[in-house]
Amino acid sequence: MSVLVFADSSEGKFKKPAFEVVSYGQKVAESIGSNVVVLTINAADSSELYAYGAEKVVSVSNDSLKTFNAKAYASVVQQVAKAENATVVVIDSSINGLYLAPMVAVGLEAGYASNVVELPSETAPFTVKRKAFSNKAFNNTTITTDVKVVGVAKNSYGVHENEVAGTTESFEPTISDADFGVTSVSIEKASGTITIADADIVVSAGRGLKGPENWGMIEELATVLGAATACSKPVSDLGWRPHNEHVGQTGKPVAANLYIAIGISGAIQHLAGINASKVKVVINTDPEAPFFKAADYGIVGDAFEVVPKLIEKLKAFKQA
Amino acid sequence: MKILVCISHVPDTTSKINFTDNDTVFDTNGVQFVINPYDEFSLTRAMWFKEKQGATVTVVSVGNATTEPTLRKALAIGADDAVRVNAEATDGLFVAKQLAEVVKNGGYDLVLAGRESIDYNGGMVPGMLASLLDFNFVNGCIGMEIDGNSVTLSREIDGGNEQLSADLPLVVAGQKGLVEEKDLRIPNMRGIMMARKKPLAVLDPVDITAATSAQSFEKPAPKGAVKLVDADSVDELINLLHNEAKVI
Repeated sequence: MSVLVFADSSEGKFKKPAFEVVSYGQKVAESIGSNVVVLTINAADSSELYAYGAEKVVSVSNDSLKTFNAKAYASVVQQVAKAENATVVVIDSSINGLYLAPMVAVGLEAGYASNVVELPSETAPFTVKRKAFSNKAFNNTTITTDVKVVGVAKNSYGVHENEVAGTTESFEPTISDADFGVTSVSIEKASGTITIADADIVVSAGRGLKGPENWGMIEELATVLGAATACSKPVSDLGWRPHNEHVGQTGKPVAANLYIAIGISGAIQHLAGINASKVKVVINTDPEAPFFKAADYGIVGDAFEVVPKLIEKLKAFKQA
Repeated sequence: MKILVCISHVPDTTSKINFTDNDTVFDTNGVQFVINPYDEFSLTRAMWFKEKQGATVTVVSVGNATTEPTLRKALAIGADDAVRVNAEATDGLFVAKQLAEVVKNGGYDLVLAGRESIDYNGGMVPGMLASLLDFNFVNGCIGMEIDGNSVTLSREIDGGNEQLSADLPLVVAGQKGLVEEKDLRIPNMRGIMMARKKPLAVLDPVDITAATSAQSFEKPAPKGAVKLVDADSVDELINLLHNEAKVI
């Protein structure tokens, strides 16, 4: 018996969600008296995961898996789950994690709970707390099948250091041409910028900025904070900023540690997409803006005065 | 080409979310239901394939009779016919298995759905459905063209886009980008009148045991009031974010 964690990597490197799911899986294994096994695919250095409790790593190296392919990856996860006799499979909620988890669940005839925010409240029956209604509620769900697939919501359980003396074994999966019915033709990726998915801090701006020419200070604030930039839906609809910056219900979800909203009123669709962020700051001229009800900290003021001051003071703070 | 569009009947985003029966049942009292916004992008894309490439479009939902107005709305937008599987949509796998029966019996080439529903946010059904049918599957799709049997698609990835190719039969979970928000259609009076006469078949569910069960709901702990900082003392904000919130 084991708890299998899939620790995804990008170009060989792990990102925060991998450490989070390993931390989570290790704790689940402990609570059900089982062992954690972590699967990596084409990761450069699996031993990095020992710091988060990965006692056993199963490492797959295969050229045909260099580019993520959901069906092939799902098949590898299933093969390792079976080989390791896994009763729980833990997967992150990255774009790729969300893509492959339902396929893994069907392959293992497992019940699947996604967007899980805490460790199981009970292990028999296996009960987890999931986000529901676009962050407006939680749903306690029991998974009733023998094998369970748990999707851990990003930045919910957190990364917990727990150094162990781990070991790494290699595994040769069976890869079938039939897994590549969907083929990757090309990938376009911005380089050098922090993506909204990876960012601990997101600086987001709305129509209050009056025009795309005023985004310089937003970008500068983001640079000072090491943050990603984002925008509200009207701003992307107006073409002031690219669509891939649109956050909110139909845009990208944000689950950052800090979300700073500048000149965004806080429409319910916007809040639904960013509410999973831990700390929210709003800067808006209108004290009645709905965002003030959702925020932890707020400044009622003109972004054109507040943001340059904030940049200056933050620079001084960072140097201190 | 036969297209099936999966429609989830969900509370409008602005709905107040409450629960009854000791927090075990979602309170639908006063809640307005709509076509799940992610499904609407897929439905609109299906309309393009109907108008430009002669596809037929069927919409399907798993739910009780209260979901029919949502299916009628999809018909008013332009779908040809509708199917309702008469069962409570209790769990992702249960819904996927019901839909798999509809796809097998209907001989659909392309199944379009949304990336997730805005009620349970599970994001499960399309991937499960594809696996059950052994169809190709693309999640988070933001662009799609069909030429005969071959399909080119794009999907969002962390920090960019990936271009993909696949053959039919195919399941696609769409999101904004598949069509833009401005392309979404509001049913006109003629559409609404025609929708009343379009076929809506009600099917009995196949007998399946759900793999998960929702036990109870809870609402997030009430949030404290916002701490306001004077616009002239941004130092104070930095201090709070550093020492109190510990996020910078």
